[in-house]
Amino acid sequence: MSTVVADAHDAHDEHHDHKPTGIKRWIFTTNHKDIGTLYLWFSFIMFLLGGSFALMIRMELFQPGMQVIDPHFFNQMTTMHGVIMVFGAVMPAFTGLANWMVPLMIGAPDMALPRMNNWSFWILPVAFLIMLSSMFVPGGGPAFGWTFYAPLSTTYSADSTALFVFAMHIMGMSSIMGAINVIVTIMNMRAPGMTYMKMPLFVWTWFITAFLLIAVMPVLAGVVTMVLTDKFFGTSFFAAAGGGDPVLFQHLFWFFGHPEVYIMILPSFGIVSAIIPAFARKPLFGYASMVYATASIAGLSFLVWAHHMFTTGMPTVASLMFMYMTMLIAVPTGVKVFNWVSTMWRGAMTFETPMLFAIAFVILFTIGGLSGIMLAITPVDYQYHDTYFVVAHFHYVLVSGAVFSIMAAAYYWLPKWSGVMYDEGLAKLHFWCSLISVNILFFPMHFVGLAGMPRRYPDYALQFADINAIVSVGGFLFGFSQLIFLAVVLKCAMKKGEKAPAKPWEGAEGLEWTVPSPAPYHTFDTPPEVK
Amino acid sequence: MSQQNPNSENSSIITKLLASVVIMFAFGFALVPLYEKFCDLTGFNGTTKNTAAAEREGMQVDESRWVTVEFTTRADRGAPWSFRPEVRSVRMHPGEIKVVNFIVDNHSSTNRVAQALPSVSPGEASLYLNKTECFCFEQQPLTAGETAVMPMRFFLDPDLPQEIQRLTLSYVMYDITDQAQSGQTASRSE
Repeated sequence: MSTVVADAHDAHDEHHDHKPTGIKRWIFTTNHKDIGTLYLWFSFIMFLLGGSFALMIRMELFQPGMQVIDPHFFNQMTTMHGVIMVFGAVMPAFTGLANWMVPLMIGAPDMALPRMNNWSFWILPVAFLIMLSSMFVPGGGPAFGWTFYAPLSTTYSADSTALFVFAMHIMGMSSIMGAINVIVTIMNMRAPGMTYMKMPLFVWTWFITAFLLIAVMPVLAGVVTMVLTDKFFGTSFFAAAGGGDPVLFQHLFWFFGHPEVYIMILPSFGIVSAIIPAFARKPLFGYASMVYATASIAGLSFLVWAHHMFTTGMPTVASLMFMYMTMLIAVPTGVKVFNWVSTMWRGAMTFETPMLFAIAFVILFTIGGLSGIMLAITPVDYQYHDTYFVVAHFHYVLVSGAVFSIMAAAYYWLPKWSGVMYDEGLAKLHFWCSLISVNILFFPMHFVGLAGMPRRYPDYALQFADINAIVSVGGFLFGFSQLIFLAVVLKCAMKKGEKAPAKPWEGAEGLEWTVPSPAPYHTFDTPPEVK
Repeated sequence: MSQQNPNSENSSIITKLLASVVIMFAFGFALVPLYEKFCDLTGFNGTTKNTAAAEREGMQVDESRWVTVEFTTRADRGAPWSFRPEVRSVRMHPGEIKVVNFIVDNHSSTNRVAQALPSVSPGEASLYLNKTECFCFEQQPLTAGETAVMPMRFFLDPDLPQEIQRLTLSYVMYDITDQAQSGQTASRSE
């Protein structure tokens, strides 16, 4: 995958590197790097906001009994934390990474549809303003969990549900536009010689993720529309009294929801598959099997949705089908984990911060995957369902999985984005603080979950007090550790640090390292030749 | 991959992708009737047939088996009545016809319209529970303070799988006065 970039080409870039200045540059930009930066900053702000909502939850749960916030506000916090982290932090962070890196990785001058790209970013802040403003209207904001199960979101919800639905529609549109852009870019704008099976895995995983988005975001749009009409226009999709079925909501939601959780993890696989070979100084073990494994995970994701609903009283045959399908996903996922481990095997490894986050990802994501297999077993799921064991499971895969991979990606590519090396000392501090606190935060949740503590309540039985106190301490440590990350990023953004070379990582591979650091405003105006 | 005329190539992909988006949006709505049909065929969500079953000529009563049928009842939240079965359970042979009375007391001082909706657990048993007469087939007008005794006549199909020895028929009685006045029906559609 080595490349030759003509020197004349770089000089050419410098020549017309002018761009509008001030706020207009960001509002009207169609440049993939600017839009990538906007997405990444937006997701970081949302991550801190969603995190502060999580700290409200942990504050209330520090001790049993009602301490700080009232139950209705607690419910709004759990809901908004979920919505913001899923749709505001993790998904836009991946879209931002795709905007920055996909054109650079395939040798394209920009995304295929730059104007739509501008739109797909700028409607996102609007969606979240609407979503957040719903907390200030009479009756309060959405308080039914990010899964908005009917009838909680229909019969028993506040009027602000209309705002929730509207915001979800806008977020969905943004995601769909982003996905279309990624697919068209990858299909039409690869540099000569960049065949599909030469694409970096980050591009591959995003390509597959984009198809998942196109397949399921419209279903989400349909479900929120049904909730809207059930609540305000007298339809009965989910109301038993009118001939509907509330369980149907769960089927529709999880038909979207399960592929959605893979949307939030497949790009992570791509990131880790870029970072581990770079710092192990060995090519990725089993490239082709990684591509096929990603595609199989994406395919299987449509056949497992009802494992979220084992306790709704499905016939045994259906439960078994969904249980076996779910367990089957462990096979391609295992292929990936073993490939990463094999890549590291006998590699000349060094442990810069991106590598540390990537290795932590592999280990902690695997822990989350294994608790997922436990949850997949129908009979034991009857005990685990809606307990903190589930909370522990999905936070292991989403926080120490997806979020850690995003941080790994940020450290890996920050020199390329900003042109300066990040502060390795601060970054290592951020890593170790995050690693330790994330485990204090989420590991003990397994135990209270197994002991029967249910999710989504502002209070709990006395015997869970000690572990909840530990968890809350871990939560605050993890939350405040992220301010170190903010400091590192701000230092880079203010160009404080050593000047970064075009390729700061000795073992890194790929077209993005052939352009100077920081990447010029326009790159690959003449497509590079991929051999 | 060639960049000869990317715009026309782009638009053909965009058209296909946008079409997929529209199709998937429609698919989400299409799942609603598909789910209903699927449930009717498999008993997946425990709904029973909404029409009277004919008593079959020459149906054999399977006296070698006993099946317990339990009844649970609930008034919908906020509905102004109490609702209970006359007996909590019956033991019966498949093929045997039983009548169970359900009693509803309208505590309110207004005339209301009620609709009961059944659900059977385990779901697959719903395919074998046949009602020849049931108050749940139609809306029940309840005058102020009325106590109504409503019969339900049913039998279990002798083809009921052997492993089902106990099943629960649950009714929720909804207050549909408002919908009934505005002309909307609340019965489960066929």
